[in-house]
Amino acid sequence: MRTHIKAQCAALAVFAFATIPTHAAETLSVVTFGGAYEAAAKKAWFEPFTQATGVNFSTESYDGGLAKLSAMEQAKNTTWDLIDLETNDAITACDEGLLQKFDKKSIGKTSDFIPGSISDCAVASMVWSTVYAYDASKLKTAPSTVNDFFDLQKYPGKRGLRKSPKVSMEWALIADGVDPKDVYKVLGTPAGVDRAFKKLDTIKKNIVWWESGAQAPQLLADGAVVMVQAYNGRIDDAAKKDNKPFKAVWDAQVYDFEWWAIPTGAKHADTAAKFIVSQAQPKASADLSKYIAYAPPRKDAVALVDKQRLADMPTAPDNFKRAVQINANFWADNADQINKRFQVWLTQ
Amino acid sequence: MPASIHAPASGSPTRADGRASFQRARRRASVQALLLALPLIVFLLSTFIAPIALLLARSVENREVPGSMPALTRALDAWDGRGVPDEHVFALLAAGLKDAQQSGQLGTVARRLNFAQPEFRSLLMRTARSVRDETPPAWKPALIEMDERWNSPEIWRLLKRAATSPTPDYLLAAVDAQVTPQGNLAFVPDNSSVYRQAFLRTISISASVTLLCLVLGYPVAWLLANLPAQSSNRLMLFVIVPFWTSLLVRTTAWYVLLQPGGVINGLLAGLGLATHPVPLIFNRTGVLIGMTHVLLPYMILAIYSVMKGVSPVYVRAAQSLGAHPFTAFVRVYIPQTLPGVGAGCFLVFVLALGYYITPALLGGAGDEMISQLIALQTNTQLNWGLAGALSAYLVIFTAIFYFLFNRIVGIDRLRFG
Amino acid sequence: MTEQRNKVLTERIASRWVRVHTAIVLFFLVAPILAIIPLSFNSGSYFSYPLQGFSLRWYEQALTSSDWQRSLLNSIGIGAASTLIATCLGTLAALGLSRSQFPLRSVIMPIIISPMIVPIVVVAAGFYLIFAPLGLVNSYPGVIFAHAALGTPFVVITVTASLLSFDQSLLRAASGLGAKPWTAFRRVTLPLITPAVATGSVFAFATSFDEVIVILFIGGPDQRTVPRQMWSGIRDSIDPSILAVATMLIVFAVVLFASINWLRGRAAAASRGVV
Repeated sequence: MRTHIKAQCAALAVFAFATIPTHAAETLSVVTFGGAYEAAAKKAWFEPFTQATGVNFSTESYDGGLAKLSAMEQAKNTTWDLIDLETNDAITACDEGLLQKFDKKSIGKTSDFIPGSISDCAVASMVWSTVYAYDASKLKTAPSTVNDFFDLQKYPGKRGLRKSPKVSMEWALIADGVDPKDVYKVLGTPAGVDRAFKKLDTIKKNIVWWESGAQAPQLLADGAVVMVQAYNGRIDDAAKKDNKPFKAVWDAQVYDFEWWAIPTGAKHADTAAKFIVSQAQPKASADLSKYIAYAPPRKDAVALVDKQRLADMPTAPDNFKRAVQINANFWADNADQINKRFQVWLTQ
Repeated sequence: MPASIHAPASGSPTRADGRASFQRARRRASVQALLLALPLIVFLLSTFIAPIALLLARSVENREVPGSMPALTRALDAWDGRGVPDEHVFALLAAGLKDAQQSGQLGTVARRLNFAQPEFRSLLMRTARSVRDETPPAWKPALIEMDERWNSPEIWRLLKRAATSPTPDYLLAAVDAQVTPQGNLAFVPDNSSVYRQAFLRTISISASVTLLCLVLGYPVAWLLANLPAQSSNRLMLFVIVPFWTSLLVRTTAWYVLLQPGGVINGLLAGLGLATHPVPLIFNRTGVLIGMTHVLLPYMILAIYSVMKGVSPVYVRAAQSLGAHPFTAFVRVYIPQTLPGVGAGCFLVFVLALGYYITPALLGGAGDEMISQLIALQTNTQLNWGLAGALSAYLVIFTAIFYFLFNRIVGIDRLRFG
Repeated sequence: MTEQRNKVLTERIASRWVRVHTAIVLFFLVAPILAIIPLSFNSGSYFSYPLQGFSLRWYEQALTSSDWQRSLLNSIGIGAASTLIATCLGTLAALGLSRSQFPLRSVIMPIIISPMIVPIVVVAAGFYLIFAPLGLVNSYPGVIFAHAALGTPFVVITVTASLLSFDQSLLRAASGLGAKPWTAFRRVTLPLITPAVATGSVFAFATSFDEVIVILFIGGPDQRTVPRQMWSGIRDSIDPSILAVATMLIVFAVVLFASINWLRGRAAAASRGVV
């Protein structure tokens, strides 16, 4: 009997706990790609914003895609105020009305933004790139091209790839001999897609799939893979912060913008908009590079970045030789078809 | 309780009176018993049975198109389904798309139609964008000019199918089948077939794990049941502590140990048994090791609880009648333990069928079990119809299995250890 | 004579083999859990041996991190609330089910134990479907109801078992001494089934504490529990503080087992009529 009463009190306490409003101060609910990027965004943007305005942040992470956002919109219960998106997701979400329109004039000067980095619904936060990395202490001859990723003779062992056709298809075609400039033209044809899958088939048995950005350097550290496709910032972070002997191969890097957007039905939309304006200012924009190797999307901010640090960026001339900008419109239009085929290919 | 508690006012009770009042008392006791269990039954019906029923109902529903474009749905219903429909259907399509965009449901409709044909979403979004601004005299030629896919009978056939409710399409898709343009049932081409293989794979993995658990667990249960209580209790700790440890903790432990640079490979290399790291994770081996480790205690405990009740008298009697110990064991002891073996196998198999975490962490892309595919549909694809259909097949298979086993073993008499 | 010796030899070999086999299997069961404990003291931030050095930083991080603290509070709170519901409803139901006059037992029993059998992903997806329009997703009540539903079968099974082995003559004696049915229940039945009720409650609490998939589907960032945080730890932000938490959970499991053992002893004593 006594245990019953105690338990009743405990349950009551929980309910009370749950119904008391958590903070007097406002809290913005943000979802990002997590890991080292989230940690860097916290230091560069969230904490200064909290200091300046008193608004707190509650962060969540996800691996991309619009499923959760659509589900929230369907249920008319959007819990996110700010979402971090890849370009093709930003385009699709804007089209489907999942994002609120953003007034770019509120940022102030925008003429120095890289062309195509502000849209109706979203503002680019940084430039990131997909590269592949290897453990320099384990490989005697350093790989240097994307062909080496597919070369199981010269570099036997497993390969880590993101569980998504994006970038893998481009690399497959480039490694098969397609000029980086023509990749999307070829990929737009059924024969091109077949060709990409065939090239991926040559390494299929050696592939270990990852879904979240943090898994890529983890796979390399665990020795589960010999080379891993990864977001460049995560590799740089592992190399600098954890002193891992990882090196990135920039050949055929596929770079993209990352975007901030406000979901439709967000509860703190105005504060979210203020945040977007604040992080888009040149100084704040440049601050991110202090904590992770991603480049600002505006020239005024690039000028403020430490010269040494610039060499780690996707946009550094040495890294940019055969760079491909991801064709977000292509993926916005064709992701569904190619993804469907990719899901089937995965299990066969 | 004697029936004469309610003795009639006059004379002695007749037998019929006695029986009637006995039956009344029994009925009252039945109702009382039922009332005691009623709160739980109502609670479970609403929080457990109803959700599953709802999910299974989704497997035959098409609610996106009828919900957002009712007029178009009615027109498509009236249309005979041959070729390309007339102008008025095109007009209703244009109006419907405009409405859907205003009500914010265009994305949902686009995604639903994408399941049928992966280029539908871009087609609908393009059409919706152009419809917003124009008002041509005739919609049919205008839309066909904007995108010639609107002149394709196949697109309209799929649109009509997506607007019809109830629909067999999800249940068919869950076994890689479809209704062809000619109206027959046919299997989907091999390069898009995923689900039949997935079901077979799930059953195969579950059966393998059950077999492994049985082979590993039976001797252990025998030893535990036949040792004196003190040593038996001490050894039992080795079974129960893993049993009580969180599933996630155990799976994480294997995730750490099975890596190419991990402890197990280190041991193998140290013992000279392997020159290269053996791939033990992100493949079938890892899944089998992990699942066996998690489910083994269930098997051991189930068999042990029956073995505890098997008297050694019978085996001794068989031996005294001249049987070799081995024969006595196989022909007298094992049959007596079969209820426990049955219960253990049933429990392990059914639990294994529904596993998600262990195969997700330890398996590769070719080891995905049905639960993972259901989660993929609900979390990433938002295809609740297909999720419902896959769940329906899984639940029905589990239920049939349960009823068969209940006949043989009597699961509702299963006690907890 | 040789036949006798052969039989003894066979028995010895079989018995030796069984012991070796059992030793290997029991090692297999326990070794992985023990193997990760040293890793939680690793000073490096990856999951691989060899250890880079001894450090308590992950324990510090786990115990002082607001994320982990909130997860622990959530796990305990949700566990307690759902166990309370499961215990009340389950005990009531067991009282009814254990009576011989219970109607439709073959229909009701499968319904009551179905949460143990139906694949958890199907259950979680169903919860989402029914809770979303009611606004119970990303809320405490939703998770608590869901976990309560998952925990009730354990309470029903243990309490029913205890009631079935309950000596009805005790109740008859009580009523013979003049006790009303409710008094007899409160002062005779309840004390004797309390160990079984407690055992069922512990099972239900353990089920809720360990549950991650339902939380993944219907829980929001406020309802993060310890397993949910661990899942993120492995998938999203890989961090050996989950190994520190795992070690603490292992210790917790041992404590739970010890308490169940003690309660079982009490239940056995109770069913023998010793109070």
